[in-house]
Amino acid sequence: MNALDQTPGHPVAHGASEGLPSALEQSHTHAAHRGRPVRTEPRGVRIILTVIALAFVGLFIGLPLVTVFYEAFKRGWQAYVAALVSPDALAAIQLTLIVAVISVVANLLFGLVAAWSIAKFEFPGKSLLITLIDLPFSVSPVVAGLIYVLLFGSQGLFAAYLQAWDIKIIFALPGIVLATIFVTFPFVARELIPLMQEQGTAEEEAAISLGASGLSTFFRVTLPNVKWALLYGVLLCNARAMGEFGAVSVVSGHVRGLTNTMPLHIEILYNEYQFVASFAVASLLALLALVTLIAKTILEHRLAEEDR
Amino acid sequence: MAVAAAFRASDAEASPDYKPSMSASSSRLTFRQPSVIPGFGLTLGLTLTWLGLIVLLPLSALFIKTSELSLERFIAIVTATRTLHALQVSFGLAFGAALINMVFGAIVVWVLVRYDFPGKKIVDALIDIPFALPTAVAGIALTSLYAENGWVGSLLAPLGIQVSFTPLGILVALLFIGLPFVVRTVQPVLADLDQELEDAAASLGATRTQALVRVVLPSVWPALLTGFALAFARAVGEYGSVIFIAGNLPGVSEIAPLLIVIRLEEFRYADATAIATVMLVASFVLLLIINRLQRWAELRGSKHG
Repeated sequence: MNALDQTPGHPVAHGASEGLPSALEQSHTHAAHRGRPVRTEPRGVRIILTVIALAFVGLFIGLPLVTVFYEAFKRGWQAYVAALVSPDALAAIQLTLIVAVISVVANLLFGLVAAWSIAKFEFPGKSLLITLIDLPFSVSPVVAGLIYVLLFGSQGLFAAYLQAWDIKIIFALPGIVLATIFVTFPFVARELIPLMQEQGTAEEEAAISLGASGLSTFFRVTLPNVKWALLYGVLLCNARAMGEFGAVSVVSGHVRGLTNTMPLHIEILYNEYQFVASFAVASLLALLALVTLIAKTILEHRLAEEDR
Repeated sequence: MAVAAAFRASDAEASPDYKPSMSASSSRLTFRQPSVIPGFGLTLGLTLTWLGLIVLLPLSALFIKTSELSLERFIAIVTATRTLHALQVSFGLAFGAALINMVFGAIVVWVLVRYDFPGKKIVDALIDIPFALPTAVAGIALTSLYAENGWVGSLLAPLGIQVSFTPLGILVALLFIGLPFVVRTVQPVLADLDQELEDAAASLGATRTQALVRVVLPSVWPALLTGFALAFARAVGEYGSVIFIAGNLPGVSEIAPLLIVIRLEEFRYADATAIATVMLVASFVLLLIINRLQRWAELRGSKHG
């Protein structure tokens, strides 16, 4: 205790480098007989650790990202643009947008409904329900695609009905949408549930007791409270929906110009050694990822400000 | 914006018969605790229906199809040499990658939370890239980067190290996929850790190493393990980023999800189903372990806070 009292004015800020020398000197005078600095590691250790961390992040995350754009523009702007305006690429972009819009709207509605029931009420089995909503996160994308083939494929459980009604789900748009909804299932709900649980029910109860209807309470009280988290969930959901590869690859059938989404189109081009074209389409998705992350950073800033 | 508009439009249509059904159903359901807030029956009903249709029904199709196989057939498929190899590659390399990510992820977190250096915010933001970058894009980028003529691969080639199209390539892809899970799980815990505990340890005579091992490590250990488990769970089922860089040689660099796809393309549904069941059961077990770990981490956190 005494030693702590004798070393006031320690910088509490994380890794405040300006504060370090004084902290080191102070601790030296007080812990001199032990010969150890108190607060942090020796300068050499700090530099080595920083270099290791930067090298690891650079090697496995930074460089791959740079590679995408480098390879896409390797043959110049014209080759880049030509790859993007080819009919197959445009069809893939269009399909990806359609699938993403449907999946995002579906998961947005589901996320709001699920979060309302889970966060605003107490009932038994709630934690099991939350676990089940999270379940698609831990299922391999390939398995996610396979289960829909087992339901709706030519050998599937519902094959006879689908044939009788002449409905095509696998190797067609509905299958791609279903698989995408599955893999993005938890995104919006898991952003909303913890926040709405934290916010409690007091504001809603006040609104209801003052005569507001359930719907106007939702739109005037609950929705404004969760809007940033909702937007955040939608962004992540959208990024995953546009980029989903494994699950969609299993159910799509890879019909060019018809059931190829952007990630599948990238695969085909790459396997045909059309690297520039492949990376050109990939760069669009990489750009989407970057925009998503920038928006995420801004949203987190907003959320932190609202907390204050 | 289009999303919000669509949501409002669909809700306006639904609003006329929204209220009566809501009050009727909420008065019937009595197993929840009473509340003046409406909509419990409706929202829980919709949640369970949608969850059942999208997640539970399709997943149960997998178990129904598997139960149609005889036990001998199931065991024969799962213990076939090629299947065992694929499972070994998937689980073994996922474990290795998660372990490496846990060690280097811890260093990254330490540097991000405790030290200051130019460009720190950018590095911090970069960590999230694997969450947002589609796996196919990551796959082709890593393959080019680590191929013999790639930026990194050309440096490793003279040393006799080949990364792309070998199991080492799979490891690289799984490192990419898993790192943010470790970093984002441990980062908030370390940031919340009161540094006075380290001061106290030091003032009581602990060396810096002792303070780190005896004070810091026990506090972040549950979070580290959770991050490890999350990275492992993700890596086991990973497909998109791996298949480009793996080389996909059966018995050497063929992962279990790819074998499922191959069996499906050969119309060997029984094989695909049996392997998928093994993968799914593994992910259930991992999910349970992760839930336990998270609860442990929360308990640890509240004790210190």
